[in-house]
Amino acid sequence: MEVLLAIVIGTLYTGGLYLMMRRNLIQLIIGLGLLSHGANLLIFTAGGLRQGGAPILAEGEKMFATVPADPLPQALILTAIVISFAVTAFALVLFLRTYQAVGTDDVDELKETDT
Amino acid sequence: MILLPVLPIIIPLAGAILCMLFRRNLALQRDLALSVSTLLLIVAVGLMAYTRDGTIAVLHVGGWEAPLGITLAVDMLSSVMLVLAGLLAVAVSVYACFDLDTPRVKFGFFPLMLILLMGVNGAFVTGDLFNLYVCFEVLLTASFILLALGGERPQLEGSIKYVALNLLSSALFLAGVGILYGMAGTLNMAELAVVVQQGERGGLVTMVAVMFMMAFGIKAGMFPLYFWLPASYPTPPAAVSALFSGLLTKVGVYSLIRVFTLIFCTDPEFLHTLILIGAGLTMLSGVLAAASHYEMRKILSVHIVSQIGYIVMGLGLFTHLALAGTIIYLAHNIIVKTNLFLVAGAVNRLKGTYDLHKLGGLYKERPGLSILFLISAMSLAGVPPLSGFFAKLTLIIAGLQQEAWLIVAVALIVSLLTLYSMTKIWAYVFWKPAPNELPDLNPMTPAAWFIFLLPMVGFTVITIGIGIFAGPVFDYAQSAAGQLMDPSGYINAVLGGGE
Repeated sequence: MEVLLAIVIGTLYTGGLYLMMRRNLIQLIIGLGLLSHGANLLIFTAGGLRQGGAPILAEGEKMFATVPADPLPQALILTAIVISFAVTAFALVLFLRTYQAVGTDDVDELKETDT
Repeated sequence: MILLPVLPIIIPLAGAILCMLFRRNLALQRDLALSVSTLLLIVAVGLMAYTRDGTIAVLHVGGWEAPLGITLAVDMLSSVMLVLAGLLAVAVSVYACFDLDTPRVKFGFFPLMLILLMGVNGAFVTGDLFNLYVCFEVLLTASFILLALGGERPQLEGSIKYVALNLLSSALFLAGVGILYGMAGTLNMAELAVVVQQGERGGLVTMVAVMFMMAFGIKAGMFPLYFWLPASYPTPPAAVSALFSGLLTKVGVYSLIRVFTLIFCTDPEFLHTLILIGAGLTMLSGVLAAASHYEMRKILSVHIVSQIGYIVMGLGLFTHLALAGTIIYLAHNIIVKTNLFLVAGAVNRLKGTYDLHKLGGLYKERPGLSILFLISAMSLAGVPPLSGFFAKLTLIIAGLQQEAWLIVAVALIVSLLTLYSMTKIWAYVFWKPAPNELPDLNPMTPAAWFIFLLPMVGFTVITIGIGIFAGPVFDYAQSAAGQLMDPSGYINAVLGGGE
C-alpha cells in the first residue's frame, strides 16, 4: 500500500510542478491544487497506514486490544484541506480579476512588475 | 500557568471582528485599529518584561499538557518580535489614516491588517509546527487580499507571483511537517527537539531540514527564490508595503531561526553552512539588483532581500555572538526598513511619483522629511552611531571569530553597495534640483502633516536610540541568543520539568 501511495504522491508532485511551470494561469492553479493534494497524501502515508479500530477506549479499559489507526494525521489533513480550499478559492478570483484587467491568461505577459 | 501568551492572538482577532461588525463606520474602524494596536504593544511589552530574566512563558491551551495539547511558548526572541510587531502595527495604523484612499478602507483594510497581525503573532508564540503552518496560512491569506486590494494592474500581476510562490512554499512546508510527524510521532517543537537529538535517522532529518529551509527561505525572501518579493512589494500603497516589509519576511526568518536552533541543530556542518552560502548570495544579489533600479520602492524592496542575507548570516555562523547579532539586526531592520517605506510613501504623497528621475529638490522644500530619510538610510547602510552599525559590527566580529573570511568580505562589500544605493536615492530625490517643477500635491493641513510624520519620527528616534543604548540592547540580545543556543531551558519549560 505504501508503495502504491508513494507512486501516487510522486505523480501528483510531478504533475503539479509541471503544471505550475506552464504559462497558463488556469494550469498554474490546477498545479497548486495537485501539489497540496500530494502533500496531504504524504502526511497520510507518513503518519502510518494501519488498518485498525477507532482510537476510542471502551468504558473501563486501559489499553487498546489492537493498535488503532492514528487519528492525528487525519486531523492535520482535514485542516490542510480546508485551508487549501480557501486559498484556491481566493486564487481563482484573483486570476479571474487579473484576466479581466490584463486581458490574457499567459503568465509570460505578466511582466510589468519585473523591470 | 499564565494567560499572557494567548493575548497577542486574541486581541487582534477580537479587533478584526469588531471592525467587521462596524463595516460602514470607517472612522470607528480607524480608532479601533489604533487602540487594538496600542493594546497589543502594551501586552507585548508586558511579555517582554515577564521573560526578561530568562523565564519562558508557556501556556497549554485548555489545560492539555504538552505534547498532547496546543502549546504557546514565548521566550526572549519571541517577545522581541511581538514588541516590534506591536510597534509596527501602531505606526502603520496612524500612517494608514492619512495614506489610504477611502475605497481601500471601505473594503476592509483595517480588519485585514488585524487578521494579518493575528497570524504574525501566532507564528511568534506558537510552540507547535502544525500551528505554525496554520498561522502562516492565516497571515498569507490576509496578505494576499491586502496586496490585491484596490485591483490595479501592477498589483494584480504582483499578487499572482506572490500567491504562486508562497503557496508552493506552504506545500513544501506541509510535506516537511508530514514527514517529520511520520518520523517522530509529534509536532510539538520541544518534543521534536528531544526526538531529533536522540534520533538515529540522520539522513532523513537532514532532508526534512532542507525542505524547511526551502519553505521558510521562500517566505523570508532568500536566494534563490526571492523573485516574488521585488515583483509584489512595490505595487500596493505605502502603508501596505511598509507593513509587509516589516513583518512578513521577518516571520520567515523567525521560523528559520526557531527551527534551526531548536530542532535541526544536529548537523551544523552541512545545514548551517548551506544557510551561510544562501545568506551570502542573498545579500549580494539583492544589493546588485538595487543598483540597477531607479524607482524608490523598487530599490527599497530589493534591499529587503539583501538585508535578509545579513540576518540569516548570523544563523549560518551559528555561534552565540552571531545569533545575538542576528537578533539585533532583525530588530534594527524591521524598524529602519519600515521607516524607509513610510518616508517613500510620504514623498509619493507630496509629488505623486516614486521615480528617481522625476523627483528632486525635496531637501529644500521639506528638510524635516529629508532628515528622517537620511538617518534611516544611513542606519541601513551601517553608519555609526546608528543601530545598523552595531548590528553589522556584531555580525562581522562573529564572522571573524569563526574565520569565515569570505562571508565577512561579502558582508562588507554589500554594506558599501548599500551605502551607494542609499546615497543614490538621497542625491536624486532630495538633493539634486527638481528636473521640472512638480506641483505640491499635499492637501494636508500642517497639523495633519505633523501627525502623519509622527510614526516616522518615532522610528527614527528608535534607530538612534538603539545606537546610543547599544550596551543594554546588546546584553538583551546576548541573553536571548543564549536561550537559543541552549534549548534545554525551552524544552524543559514546555515539557514540564527536566524530563
